[in-house]
Amino acid sequence: MADFFGNVAERYAHWVIRWRWLLVFATVIGAVAIGSGAQNLSFTSDYRVFFSKENPQLNAYESLQDIYTKTDNIVFVLKPNDGLVMTQKWLDVTQKLTVESWQIPYSIRVDSVTNFQNTVAEEDDLIVADLVENALSLSESQINRIIATAQNEPALADRIISPDNTTTAIQVTLQLPPDDMIALNSAVEYAEKMAAEIQAEHPELRVAITGLAPLSNAFPRASMLDMQTLTPIMFGIIIVALIGFLRSFSGTIATLIVTILSTITAMGFAGYMGVKLTPPSAMAPTIILTIAIADCVHILVSMFHEMRAGRTKHQAIIESIRINMQPVFLTSFTTIIGFMSLNFSDAPPFNDLGNMAAVGVAAAWLYSILFLPAFIAIIPVRVKQVKTDKIEAMDRIGNFVVANRTKLLVSMSVIAIGMSSLISTIELDDRFVEYFDDSIPFRVDSDFARENLSGIYQVEFSINGEDSGGISEPVYLQNLDKFAIWLRAQPGVVHVNSLTDVLKRLSKSMHGDAEKWYLLPDDRELAAQYLLLYELSLPYGLDLNSQINVDKSASRMTVTLDNVTSGEMRSLADRSQQWLLSNAPAHMVAEGSGAAVMFAHIAHRNIQSMLIGTLVAFLLISGSMIIALRSVRIGLISLIPNLVPAAMAFGLWGVLYGQIGLASSMVAATTLGLIVDASVHFLSKYVRARRERGATAEEAVRYSFRTVGKALLVTTAVLFLGFAVLSQSAFQVNSDLGLLTAITIAIALVVDFLLLPPLLMLLDRKKSYTSSPLAAPQAAE
Amino acid sequence: MLNTHLRTLILSSIAVTSLSLPVLANTSPSEKGAEIAKEWDARDKGFGDSSANLEMVLENRHGEKSTRVLRIKTLEMPDSNVGDKSLTIFSKPRDIKGTAFLSFAQILEPDDQWLYLPALKRVKKISSKNKSGPFVGSEFSYEDLSAQELKKYNYKWLNDEACGELQCSVLEQTPAYENSGYTKMIVWYDTAEYRQQKIDYYDRKGALLKTLKFTEYRQYLSKFWRAHNMYMVNHQTGKKTRLVYSDYAFQTGLKGSDLTKRKLSKVR
Repeated sequence: MADFFGNVAERYAHWVIRWRWLLVFATVIGAVAIGSGAQNLSFTSDYRVFFSKENPQLNAYESLQDIYTKTDNIVFVLKPNDGLVMTQKWLDVTQKLTVESWQIPYSIRVDSVTNFQNTVAEEDDLIVADLVENALSLSESQINRIIATAQNEPALADRIISPDNTTTAIQVTLQLPPDDMIALNSAVEYAEKMAAEIQAEHPELRVAITGLAPLSNAFPRASMLDMQTLTPIMFGIIIVALIGFLRSFSGTIATLIVTILSTITAMGFAGYMGVKLTPPSAMAPTIILTIAIADCVHILVSMFHEMRAGRTKHQAIIESIRINMQPVFLTSFTTIIGFMSLNFSDAPPFNDLGNMAAVGVAAAWLYSILFLPAFIAIIPVRVKQVKTDKIEAMDRIGNFVVANRTKLLVSMSVIAIGMSSLISTIELDDRFVEYFDDSIPFRVDSDFARENLSGIYQVEFSINGEDSGGISEPVYLQNLDKFAIWLRAQPGVVHVNSLTDVLKRLSKSMHGDAEKWYLLPDDRELAAQYLLLYELSLPYGLDLNSQINVDKSASRMTVTLDNVTSGEMRSLADRSQQWLLSNAPAHMVAEGSGAAVMFAHIAHRNIQSMLIGTLVAFLLISGSMIIALRSVRIGLISLIPNLVPAAMAFGLWGVLYGQIGLASSMVAATTLGLIVDASVHFLSKYVRARRERGATAEEAVRYSFRTVGKALLVTTAVLFLGFAVLSQSAFQVNSDLGLLTAITIAIALVVDFLLLPPLLMLLDRKKSYTSSPLAAPQAAE
Repeated sequence: MLNTHLRTLILSSIAVTSLSLPVLANTSPSEKGAEIAKEWDARDKGFGDSSANLEMVLENRHGEKSTRVLRIKTLEMPDSNVGDKSLTIFSKPRDIKGTAFLSFAQILEPDDQWLYLPALKRVKKISSKNKSGPFVGSEFSYEDLSAQELKKYNYKWLNDEACGELQCSVLEQTPAYENSGYTKMIVWYDTAEYRQQKIDYYDRKGALLKTLKFTEYRQYLSKFWRAHNMYMVNHQTGKKTRLVYSDYAFQTGLKGSDLTKRKLSKVR
């Protein structure tokens, strides 16, 4: 059977050499044709892209935004370094910026300390006016009154103005068309220009820009930054590694062309499929570059080996294709399965990454067996004599492993179990500000805003009244007030925006501003009429529609949090719901939602969805191992080196870093497809020695080390470096994924070298394989 | 007050002459715009007073609806430098039933407004410079619904074009008063009867905010046209509001002495 494959591969290799010119041109033209689709690629600029249409947290948040107004916003945070912001000068600047903010494209609402609609009673008049007018002509006592009003107003204190009066914010609400990068960009860039102009005019003023629109805008910026910095680094590493390992200029050029063609093909495919690039899918080129070289290296190494043994170049190519056809296909196949399993993820950017990487790996395989041999057949190739010191080193490792197999088995088992058990120290955490490193201004500005005034992590509740107009019902308002009080007492809560504060203020203003009337109306009609009166007095854009639904049957409660962990955020959302369940009428029970809540659940949800994906990938990959090795026993033994590394890597991560987010759900499936390659090569050599040479387990282990040890070391090193490059990404999900994958790959090699051989010598004691009907020479080389 | 911007007075005698309105060959666009607006204003003069029932249907992006019902009485002020007086009495939703709203329109100054709150049994004067916010949560602002006095805007004729089955003059109107929510409005007047057919509202950054369409025009006293269906769509938020007028009555004998702050607490 193997001979049959070998014959087919040999005939195929002859065909490739015969048509080499045609194949080189055809593959390049084909790759460029597919690659032209890449011009359709664009970056996405909506944080919602990380959530599938079925995501329950996304749907909860979308329906909340449908009821009230959208929550995409831009927040300017102003802090003069000469002290108070509540001065003539800075209030004037704030006022001007407030007015100018209405010019930001897609803005529908602007809230600041200056345009706050303050209510004042004068006899029977209700005066509703901006809190700050003509800032430059304010007297000291007027400013002090403004400060007192602002600090006593729950809607302003800790949200728009800091308790020490040094920092203020201008909140701009946007109504953006969905996933329209140009629209988003125009709004954010307009705001950035405004900030730059003010900063130029007043160098003593720090202006930070945060909010959900700058968040969305940070994703394409991070993607572009990654592609601009990481891809060139990856190229550099590949070139150095190839020259060092292959010691062949022609081989390096050929391999580079294959990797580039593979990447172009994958990006073109993505373009035709309408993929929008996100930071995860923007990793695809780097990943494909890394993986694509493995196929070429295996084919080239065999070819150079044959040439050194005295064969002509064409003979060497044919022989290399014959012995590599199957393993190259198998390793590509398992890698594709691993990446395809990302389609089970609930985060669409990872579906895209999986599909793009899978296409890239498939293309790399195709170009390795079509373009590479044809191209090598054309260009001149010189082979240098390589010293054999590394092979001797591998022999020594082999001898060491055989000699110390019991010690290794025990110690490696203890280490593997010990490290794996540390998985429990990992805490899942996805804070979207922390997704970006300090090279992205959004991160720096958001940290600044949070440290000086207020964060952008919010939990929102839409709380239903009993009926139409039910928000005016005294029982509803009292419960809402108790809920607000309870929320304000929770750890990590910075600010709570509640309808009850509006009604209390109105009640006070309707009673000559008497402090004792700062309370909730005890009559439904009275509350409704207060609101009607207030609504009739409000200017454009500052209405109550952002807080009350059209039917006046529900109101919105917005809770702003400090830099709490995802776990604390989930806990707060859960406890809030629990509080409502046990303290409020059933109709008032609501679920907390918001962008921060969506991200707080993203890792858990993806781990759930990826569990199935990982299981499917595991079954398919293990099945193909058993078929390829033609041994159920060896196939089953291979499960251990294939499964253990990811578990150990997670344990190590738990000790080193403790926290991980979304990336964690993807690592097991993707690394499985990669690390299995090393065990395929090691085991196929082992099985070959056992079957063809009648070797004992010990001899077969030594044979494996000698023949394939060095190649595994090099391919592992390249993979490790490739993913280590990703760990430099400005986007934390990528850097976590990169680093964790790199660690897993390194551990996998250690396990393949130090745990797998002792296991084989323990579990595969059968004297000889020669009686096996499948004992034909293996193609896997 | 809520419908006076609809008043498109048609004096039949003028109607005849209007068809041959002196359109000077070399009038500037702003003169021509002012002419058309003047004609629109003139055709609604003399209606005296009117009353009508109004149903407002608010609709959010999801299609969820909410209804308000109110009755409006309007008293025309013959002096063109004094705005009309109007009284609005809410009947639905029931929480604001009996709430009465009195407004004396001004030309360039903020309107004088009082609200009677039955639950508080008090009349409150609303003192606010800026009433460009939504009226009872709808897509109509008070600004859209208040008396559209001729002198509140500067006019510029843009072009004539077909509007449905009619021919329309298209005018650009910019608010002459402070604190408007709009930078401009584009208004379509049909050339047959000088009725407003459509208005596009542009927000402070010059972006299209809302479109109002007038339909079901009916003529009263053989002169005065009133649209019975007005549909406002907010292009930015996707929210909509429909106004449906019914039971129009004209010259009911409403007097200035009926529309005072003192009488406000006694209206039903």
